[in-house]
Amino acid sequence: MQMQLVDKSLGSPQHPLLLAPTRLRTWSRPGGTCGDGEGAGGVPHPIPSLRPPAAGTMEIVYVYVKKRSEFGKQCNFSDHQAELNIDIAPNPELAEQFVERNPVDTGIQCSVSMSEHEANTERFEMETRGVNHVEGGWPKDVNPLELEQTIRFRKKVEKDENYINAIMQLGSIMEHCIKQNNAIDIYEEYFNDEEAVEVTEEAPSAKTINVFRDPQEIKRAATHLSWHPDGNRKLAVAYSCLDFQRAPVGMSNDSYIWDLENPNKPELALKPSSPLVTLEYNPKDSHVLLGGCYNGQIACWDTRKGSLVADLSTIEFSHRDPVYGTIWLQSKTGTECFSASTDGQVMWWDIRKISEPTEVVIMDITRKEQLENALGAISLEFESTLPTKFMVGTEQGIIISCNRKIVCTFSGHHGPIYALQRNPFYPKNFLTVGDWTARIWSEDSRESSIMWTKYHMAYLTDAAWSPVRPAVFFTTKMDGTLDIWDFVFKQCDPALSLKVCDEALFCLRVQDNGCLIACGSQLGMTTLLEVSSGLSTLQRNERNIASSMFERETRREKILEARHREMRLKEKGKAEGRDEEQRDEGLATDLEALVSKAEEEFFDIIFAELKKQEADAIKPKPMPQQPSSEEVQVAQEGEEATGERVGDEEEEDLA
Amino acid sequence: MNKWTNTGQGPGLLISSVPGPTATGLGEPQAEVEETLKRIQSHKGVIGTMVVNAEGIPIRTTLDNSTTVQYAGLLHQLTMKARSTVRDIDPQNDLTFLRIRSKKHEIMVAPDKEYLLIVIQNPCE
Repeated sequence: MQMQLVDKSLGSPQHPLLLAPTRLRTWSRPGGTCGDGEGAGGVPHPIPSLRPPAAGTMEIVYVYVKKRSEFGKQCNFSDHQAELNIDIAPNPELAEQFVERNPVDTGIQCSVSMSEHEANTERFEMETRGVNHVEGGWPKDVNPLELEQTIRFRKKVEKDENYINAIMQLGSIMEHCIKQNNAIDIYEEYFNDEEAVEVTEEAPSAKTINVFRDPQEIKRAATHLSWHPDGNRKLAVAYSCLDFQRAPVGMSNDSYIWDLENPNKPELALKPSSPLVTLEYNPKDSHVLLGGCYNGQIACWDTRKGSLVADLSTIEFSHRDPVYGTIWLQSKTGTECFSASTDGQVMWWDIRKISEPTEVVIMDITRKEQLENALGAISLEFESTLPTKFMVGTEQGIIISCNRKIVCTFSGHHGPIYALQRNPFYPKNFLTVGDWTARIWSEDSRESSIMWTKYHMAYLTDAAWSPVRPAVFFTTKMDGTLDIWDFVFKQCDPALSLKVCDEALFCLRVQDNGCLIACGSQLGMTTLLEVSSGLSTLQRNERNIASSMFERETRREKILEARHREMRLKEKGKAEGRDEEQRDEGLATDLEALVSKAEEEFFDIIFAELKKQEADAIKPKPMPQQPSSEEVQVAQEGEEATGERVGDEEEEDLA
Repeated sequence: MNKWTNTGQGPGLLISSVPGPTATGLGEPQAEVEETLKRIQSHKGVIGTMVVNAEGIPIRTTLDNSTTVQYAGLLHQLTMKARSTVRDIDPQNDLTFLRIRSKKHEIMVAPDKEYLLIVIQNPCE
């Protein structure tokens, strides 16, 4: 077979058996027409042959010749070296007809192209069913229900040699273990009788469990909290704005009851006519709540009846100022309560007839029952174990202890007493919070508190004892911190100090189990905290230690008080003596007398302080200052009392 | 001096562990099996004994049927699982014994290629 390369353009003589090339692949310039088709089936290998560019197409043609007799003959393939058939050099002139495109952005992918498709499966129903097992495993010819057949099968197996060998072997292993079991109990607990010594070394800690936010847009402060008496699953929070006449317009009056499980939405809203300052659950009947309003009225709710007020006191007979304290009384009917307000009155109510109070007591410490002299009451305390006594903390920093009438007063705070609570284990001692300190008092010691904290940087707003540990109490401050004090552990600092939020914390309530604490802030956020178990479980000997601490401090105060009284009596005695002399001399003018009286009082206070310091330091202190010539007389009386050697010298000088 | 002589004993007084041909036709090796199982059952604290074959069919048991069937099925699966666990960890290893101690008693399983011997015992407390 001959193959000839034919260049059509040259018009060379054609072989008679030339096959005219028909459809051939053509290459064309961009913009030109595309050549059509592929090479025809009979063209084995198009070897490009160039035609000079004319009419815009280039035809590459391969022509070969085959003898007719060789048609259908088998192919004899042979191998030969690569031959360069054609070499088309680039024609640089062609480049001028093109514009270079740079960069060229083409996507190249070497993998299978895939597409994303979503499918939504149809829901199919599932059902849970039990399977009733029937005895299985029996071979086909044995019917498990037929006793005869099963017995026969079993007998057959027992005759099997494998069976016998297996049993003998397994039997010996098994016997070994059985005997082992019988010999020794390998899981015996040793030292079971000894009590596990519990040493809780963990540091006290508390963590926030939940936060309940005021759903209202205009935020109000959470001023009072009350736990639900049964089960403690609910919390009642009273919201109001305590800034005097600065309640924003449109502020809602609602207060809420929250369910601890659902912090997103309050369980019930209580709608009074004026915002609630305090709110208390009735410990006897958990559906009834008592609220003290900002306008001085007392309102009560029944949660079964809905969120509107069930009963409201008449405004003429109510308080004239916001009701800051409401407490339920222990009575047989469970309907009695009393309330206190800064208008100086404490009123008793029976909620069955709430239109007017059953009794009114005026907090006038001069005992003249004058409303003008009355002190505004801010906090109220009532201990159910002492049914007739109650205590009132006033705006002026004085605590009044009453037994339906005023009995005695305790003074010691510089500012309003925001919290007042008796120790649940030792009711004779109570905790107060006011100004920048928290103080613990004993009923026996009237002049001063027996224990007190240092002066803090922020005002203290509320305090509560822990119901499980007699030595632990909690305080909240205006800078948003919650302090947990444990005075059997540390006396000068709180055992734990937590920053709960950035705004001030206004109120605090501990749940009966001593573990959960709820505190309310200025922006209406109530935070629920859980205290570590070390702070909420009674430690060994804690009660003894706490009671001995209280007694010790009380005794100390009593001693100081006694000494102080002695001092004062001595002062009085001396002062009276000197005064008489002065009068005889006829020198005293009103002004001078007043001045000397003032100086006396001043020195009395100083000496009392000195005495205290002396008692603490157990060392004689130096004189406070050099007295001026005018005050020599009075000073000398004082010096007599304090310094030993120094006083004697002065006396001698005088004499 | 008394001399104890072994007076001739009649065949009736022969104490032998080989029982004579009985109605069930047990041979000697089978008698040993019986004895072994009886001995196991008579140990202190043993509540029940059973022999289960590879398909979970109880061959021999001292407990009632429903309990037996339950134990057989469940323990069979557990033993298989335990054995495969042991062999997965080390293919040259094999399970020799399985003990399950529960609050009330201890279940002991001795596995074999074809059979399982299960004993429930109350360990001495």
